[in-house]
Amino acid sequence: MHRFSLGPRKLLGLFMTAAVIAAACGGAATTTAPVVSAPVVSAPAVSAPAASAAPTAAGAETTLTYWASNQGTSLENDKQVLTPELDKFTQQTGIKVNLEVVPWSDLLNRILAATTSGQGPDVLNIGNTWSASLQATGAFTQFDDATMNQIGGKDRFLAGSLSATGAAGKPPTAVPLYSLAYGLYYNKAQFAAAGITQPPTTWGEFVADAKKLTTPQHWGLSLECGSISENVHSAFTLSQQQGGAFFDDSGKPTFNTPQNIAAIKQYIDFMQSDKIVNPSNAEYSNGTEALSDFAKGKSSMMIWQAASGSLAQLGMNAADIGVAALPLPDQMPAGGKKVTSMVAGINLAVFNSSKNKDAALQFVKFMTSTPEQEILNKTYGSLPSVSEAYSDPAFQTPAVQLFKNILATSAAPLPAVAQESQFETLIGTAMKNMFADAASGKAVGDSEISSQLAAAQQQLAP
Amino acid sequence: MVGTVQLDRPPPRKRRPRRELLPYFLLLPAVVLELLIHVVPMLVGVGISFLRLTQFYLRNWSSAPAAGFDNYRLALDFNQAAGEALLHSFLVTLGFTVLVLGFSWMFGLAAAVFTQRSFRGRGLIRTVFLIPYALPVFASVIMWSFMFQRDTGIVNHVLIDQLHLADQRPFWLIGQNSFYSLVIVEVWRSWPFAFLMLTAGMQSIPQDLYEAAAMDGAGVFAQIRWVTMPMLKSVNRVLLIVLFLWTFLEFTVPYVLFGKSAPEQADLISMHIYQNSFVTWNFGTGSAMSVLLLIFLLVVTVGYLAVSSRGSDNA
Repeated sequence: MHRFSLGPRKLLGLFMTAAVIAAACGGAATTTAPVVSAPVVSAPAVSAPAASAAPTAAGAETTLTYWASNQGTSLENDKQVLTPELDKFTQQTGIKVNLEVVPWSDLLNRILAATTSGQGPDVLNIGNTWSASLQATGAFTQFDDATMNQIGGKDRFLAGSLSATGAAGKPPTAVPLYSLAYGLYYNKAQFAAAGITQPPTTWGEFVADAKKLTTPQHWGLSLECGSISENVHSAFTLSQQQGGAFFDDSGKPTFNTPQNIAAIKQYIDFMQSDKIVNPSNAEYSNGTEALSDFAKGKSSMMIWQAASGSLAQLGMNAADIGVAALPLPDQMPAGGKKVTSMVAGINLAVFNSSKNKDAALQFVKFMTSTPEQEILNKTYGSLPSVSEAYSDPAFQTPAVQLFKNILATSAAPLPAVAQESQFETLIGTAMKNMFADAASGKAVGDSEISSQLAAAQQQLAP
Repeated sequence: MVGTVQLDRPPPRKRRPRRELLPYFLLLPAVVLELLIHVVPMLVGVGISFLRLTQFYLRNWSSAPAAGFDNYRLALDFNQAAGEALLHSFLVTLGFTVLVLGFSWMFGLAAAVFTQRSFRGRGLIRTVFLIPYALPVFASVIMWSFMFQRDTGIVNHVLIDQLHLADQRPFWLIGQNSFYSLVIVEVWRSWPFAFLMLTAGMQSIPQDLYEAAAMDGAGVFAQIRWVTMPMLKSVNRVLLIVLFLWTFLEFTVPYVLFGKSAPEQADLISMHIYQNSFVTWNFGTGSAMSVLLLIFLLVVTVGYLAVSSRGSDNA
């Protein structure tokens, strides 16, 4: 009796101990999320896939986790494209790859959460403009010369693409995977119908052509005015042409300068005073609407990165698609640079917390190898990041040659400073609001732009 | 086991103190979980608000340098861009909350009174009323965002193409109208909750009271004023504070409706803090703003409960 009477209490004690331990384990994950009011989107901190198992001596059981970015028409499409390639890698090396395609809207948050918790993938894609910001967190393995040699050497990569892999003077924090550049897409049939024989080479010609093509039902140009990244990328290119910069050489922000104001004014004026952009474009924000207007012939021009593939999918006649470099100012302002695009693209990075760094580097080597570069870039319509791959006939088309030429001669990387991603968000958002004003008939002049730029600079984290 | 417990009925006097501890032991797991899930992260958040936590320290955020009250100074300096934006966002949220609360409560009450008396098809109507509340937020709000589109949305199609109410097609998702769009969507989403709560409250009002009131010559409105409203007092008390907190902290609706950066005119405070911490990677300032928000909501809630419970004591 007596012995039995203690039974339940002992059991209770055991149960509670178990509960407390379970709670403590659960709690450890909870406390890694840094912000009290962390909204829905921040959840991945906890659910991030656990790092793969420790490597065995034989290396046969190694599994890498790879976060791919969304390059195809859908996440599912990306999986279909990448899976056969990953299988090839497994065949060659015996290393398994666990693939997850992360949509762009989540990728940066997921990376931040993974950085904070130390629970990230082994290898992942990043937008190349984030390189310097993410480099500052120290989350990624540095590609110093020794590491570079492990994956085939620095010299294999295009110099332009390699310029967008981190802060100047530091070892790259990632290597270029897919390279991209902006071009001016135009509808050949509509140009011919309007009697325009050549794509414009100066902004003066550009606006004149666009006005000719604009009717009450049709617009000369379509823009993603609500898209933060499109806005800031255009502002950067136009500011370079004006001889401006958003950060000086020492990395200090210089947002509120006459050159930057002129650049943003020029871009807003396409809608505001040139009236070659449908005011409705101020709502366009998901990165597909301007594209679809152009593909359906509702507008004659757009400023876009490699789009032939998507345009064909949207049913546009391939013979109608023309592409040229972005125009330049009629008269180059003092200090103006002949820049027609940012260095756009996707980089491949290795997480520092990875337990399989060697396997991860083998994977990086595989993805940047010439055959894989040819296959993947052909499928995605982007440009290879290694020069050898260009010998493939698929990259001998005029459009690819044009983009390669832009990347080689007239593309500049976005500022490689730690505050780059804040800069993108602040300026891109300010421009989105300016477009909203312009669309609803509120004048956006130099003084409004200037005060917005000053406010954006104040909000930059010191 | 059950058997042994029953057999083991102890002599009362001796074991009583240990018995009294048992409920507390049973509460312990809940208390520990509550601490870990709610209180500790909250304290961590308060701690972070005193740090200069930017991307440089993300990997090991305990190494971030102390910032003292700098983050708070930045958030509360209304002459600077960041503070001014926070104040603006706070006022927008306040206006938004007042409008949503007012309309949701009014619609909820009207619908609850309307369906109070039994009639044919009442169940169906009640179900229809509850649909907005039952739909997944994302699906229903994305539908609204399609409806509000300037060129292709049904709102402009009806207002401009069918009814010819204006010459220019207005924007609903950018500019000043974005605020009203947000209010409309939020009221649409939250009034069924008010309706549900008030309907439940009305079930417990005895029919005799209405009969007595009718005998005294009270019409429909007098019955609502003198019978329904006083009887709903305790329901209203809970309903208003819950709706207030939900609406004030609303995040999903503006996030789905406007995307990552809301228009200035509809910049609700949760979105604003999210922007400040996640999008600009400035977690210290974001946490400081969260703490200020927490203090404000605490003051409002405590004040409201104090005032409203004093009222109910007197009644």
